[in-house]
Amino acid sequence: MGRTSRTLSSSLGRKMLMAASGSFLSLFILVHLAGNSSALLGRTTFLAYVDYLHSLGVLLHFFEILLLTAFCTHVFLALLLFFENRKARPEPYAVVKSSGGATLAGQTMIYSGTVILLFLVLHLQNFLFIDRELPVADLLRTVLGNPALAVIYLIGTLAVGLHLSHGLWSLCQTLGLEHPKYTSTLDKKAALLGLAIGLFFALIIVVALFYPGFLL
Amino acid sequence: MSRTISLTLRIWRQENGTSQGAFETYRTGPISTEMSFLEMLDVVGERLTLEGKEPVAFDHDCREGICGMCGAVVNGQAHGHQQGTTLCQLHMRHFKDGDTLVIEPFRSRAFPLIKDLVVDRSAFDSLIAEGGYVSVNTGGAIEANTLAIPRKIADLALDAAECIGCGACVAACPNGAAMLFVGAKVSHLALLPQGQPERSRRVLAMVRKMDELGFGSCGNRRECEAACPKRISISNVARLNREFLKASLLADEE
Repeated sequence: MGRTSRTLSSSLGRKMLMAASGSFLSLFILVHLAGNSSALLGRTTFLAYVDYLHSLGVLLHFFEILLLTAFCTHVFLALLLFFENRKARPEPYAVVKSSGGATLAGQTMIYSGTVILLFLVLHLQNFLFIDRELPVADLLRTVLGNPALAVIYLIGTLAVGLHLSHGLWSLCQTLGLEHPKYTSTLDKKAALLGLAIGLFFALIIVVALFYPGFLL
Repeated sequence: MSRTISLTLRIWRQENGTSQGAFETYRTGPISTEMSFLEMLDVVGERLTLEGKEPVAFDHDCREGICGMCGAVVNGQAHGHQQGTTLCQLHMRHFKDGDTLVIEPFRSRAFPLIKDLVVDRSAFDSLIAEGGYVSVNTGGAIEANTLAIPRKIADLALDAAECIGCGACVAACPNGAAMLFVGAKVSHLALLPQGQPERSRRVLAMVRKMDELGFGSCGNRRECEAACPKRISISNVARLNREFLKASLLADEE
């Protein structure tokens, strides 16, 4: 086995791949949020953003492929690590109680991740794998104007917030980005940032659902 | 002032590594709150012996919190609920009269059960043998001040060196990972000048061994840090990650 494959197939190497793909996906989420928030500024601004994205042409497809690669890596490794780690304790404890370290977000990464994965199937069906007859602004109005879909979108975005609130700090820790000067509060700052991202996405959905003039 | 409490214990009993284990319930009778947890187990064990039954097997040695031999999971928490103490330093005054305690062995694929609450932690010895040491030439010791070590670095190294290798980090980790133990050993030696010659080889070898031994991988849940009787910080886990990344990318060693 070569040096690179040996490194990446070790437990630490896999975690680092998780962290690296997670970083890339987090950056994407930020860009996605910045783009989506243009919907709050009105139809013209939003459609200008959509047109700009489409004008990227082949570049956009390049980034889509990068994104898909990072996503598949992240999901594959998550499942691999999850099932491997279950084997590390063949006989479970009768009583399980946190000693005080665990957080809700940290304990539920695999579940929030699964919710995000399922949500993405619907999300891509709604916005990517469709005939583009309607302008995207109207498509967005139709999807988020449907209360049932809006609730699913809220669950999806809050799962993203929860996932990021542990993930953003966890990736720093796994990549060894740690220093006594800033680490003591890094976990809390990362958690706040993660939740803020989730809530900002949710805000757009709430506005779309309750403000009749959204994107008109 | 000394008082006594009575407890109900549900203790994991298992004859050996291959037999089937089960919980058995015992009532302690009056237990002095001045006793340590292990002394309470001694009392129960003596009574079982007098009744002609097999006493509960558990590991122990120094009974003053520094050797790392004792350890069990009490009500779901490694070394019990008192933070920063080993099981032998957990005193019965921290329990209430009438409490029910579920006592289980440290559970991990890498720590096979020997009997009752005793598990084989020689996986930690294998890890140390793989790189948790420094090689020093024999001969007269050099003058202490020859090696200048900044105070802050010495403190960090000593904090990491506090690890007594009890295995509570593995027991508490939802993934059964040994990252805090290996992180403490790698940090302790990587911070000091004496650890430099073998710095890269050490981290690569210890991580490889850790995977071989069947420990899980780190999910950054911090249960290890919270359960550690010596309060070893997870900044040592971050340093282990950093040392591994650096050695994998830059070192000549394989």
